Amino acid sequence: MNSLLGALAWLTDPVNWSGSRGIPVRLLEHLGITGIAVLVAALIAVSLGLYIGHTGRLSFLVVSTTGALRALPTLGLLVLFALWLGIGLGPVIIVLVVLAIPPLLAGAYAGVESVDRSTIDAARAMGMTEWQILTRVEIPLGLPIIVGGLRSAVLQVVATATIAAYLPIGGLGRYIFDYLTLRRFEPVFAGAILVTLLALVLEGVFALLQRLAVPRGVRILQGSSAARGGIGRAERIQLAAGSLDGDAPPGPPGDRPDPVPAAPTSSHPTQ
Amino acid sequence: MTWVLANLEQIWRLTLDHVALSVPPIILGFLIAVPLGWLAHRYRPSRGIVLTVSGLLYTIPGIALFLSLPVVLGTRILDPINVIVGMTIYAVALLARTAADAFDAVSNDVRQSSVAVGYGPIRRFFVVELPLAGPVLLSGLRVVSASTVSLVSIGSLIGVSSLGYFFLNGLNRRFPTEILTGIVGVIVIAVVFDLFLVLIGRVLLPWARDARPSARRGRRAVA
Repeated sequence: MNSLLGALAWLTDPVNWSGSRGIPVRLLEHLGITGIAVLVAALIAVSLGLYIGHTGRLSFLVVSTTGALRALPTLGLLVLFALWLGIGLGPVIIVLVVLAIPPLLAGAYAGVESVDRSTIDAARAMGMTEWQILTRVEIPLGLPIIVGGLRSAVLQVVATATIAAYLPIGGLGRYIFDYLTLRRFEPVFAGAILVTLLALVLEGVFALLQRLAVPRGVRILQGSSAARGGIGRAERIQLAAGSLDGDAPPGPPGDRPDPVPAAPTSSHPTQ
Repeated sequence: MTWVLANLEQIWRLTLDHVALSVPPIILGFLIAVPLGWLAHRYRPSRGIVLTVSGLLYTIPGIALFLSLPVVLGTRILDPINVIVGMTIYAVALLARTAADAFDAVSNDVRQSSVAVGYGPIRRFFVVELPLAGPVLLSGLRVVSASTVSLVSIGSLIGVSSLGYFFLNGLNRRFPTEILTGIVGVIVIAVVFDLFLVLIGRVLLPWARDARPSARRGRRAVA
């Protein structure tokens, strides 16, 4: 309990809230590293996921990347890249991007994939172009699942950015690693508390965003009847993507004519 | 390669340490999560509590969890027990949700038939519901196994011995071979565990060869 009180005392000491090692600066560093990594990963993974979901091509990529990466120890990857590229922001961002790609890819793919086929056929029958189908039907309807992928990615990256401070890059993890070797545990616990709070706040924000992402029409439907059938498949895919060798790859939807090229990233919900 | 051959003994010892840290959380996680998942499935009020609490616990970054546990448990800060308890918490958090979904997915007709032919609640659970939920539980357990094995290496940051030692020592000595050895070691353990779980599945659930998992989210390895 003493260490907890010590951490609280440390947290409330105004000295720790100013200067280049102050909590606001470390928090911004942490958010900055997380933001850059997730943005870069989203540019790659969301556009690829939308393409795969819309065309049904390359869907094995989703399962294989997600499964294989789970067993890869991030810390090992981090130090390896730091050794190859020199200690700095570069290797950290690369590893975090690699980490964020699988959930974003799975989310974007599963989001588009979750849309009822008959809805898409109806859109096509009404004369929508493939681009219109993607941007006006598939993305809006799949948005909650796409945002769900974003939520997982952000949480993983925030947590891993903490251990990146070992290198030492900035971020809230610095409080943990700078003082752990000195055996000064107040800042260490304070760092652990701050990182946990940050993760919880981000989780809350994205949970809210995910709820807001449900289109109004769908919300009304869900309220009135069990319109949840479309979600089951997407969820199944996400878990299938989770198993180590991905032994249950989701069957690709039937071949469709006129596949569109990869969507530009401006369609990503964070922008 | 010369380094690997010269250090086989240390590699083997750290591998054993790594396995010793990974196995208890996987087993304990399963034993705790299945009853919790069943409660969440069976009683509506408990569902929200179990799923919310496990979701929140899962959100705590690994290193922060390892460091907070001594405060809660009264253990020493560098005690391996912290890593084991921390990983068990993650395993429970991930599996409880999967277990709830797995029990939800058991067909109600089957459940009612078992009641009709006179199965009591306990026998119904072990003979009907648990086996039918088995394939989904197994797929969740495989996710937990892989992420536990990979995450245990974070423990080396707070001085708990595992293959993660090679990452930090390799960085200090600027020696990529050592780091790669650690990474390969972790992946090998994860694959062996996974094959073992698949084998258990084949033996215990022979009917479920091509069953598809259907739980909510098998997401991320928290670092």
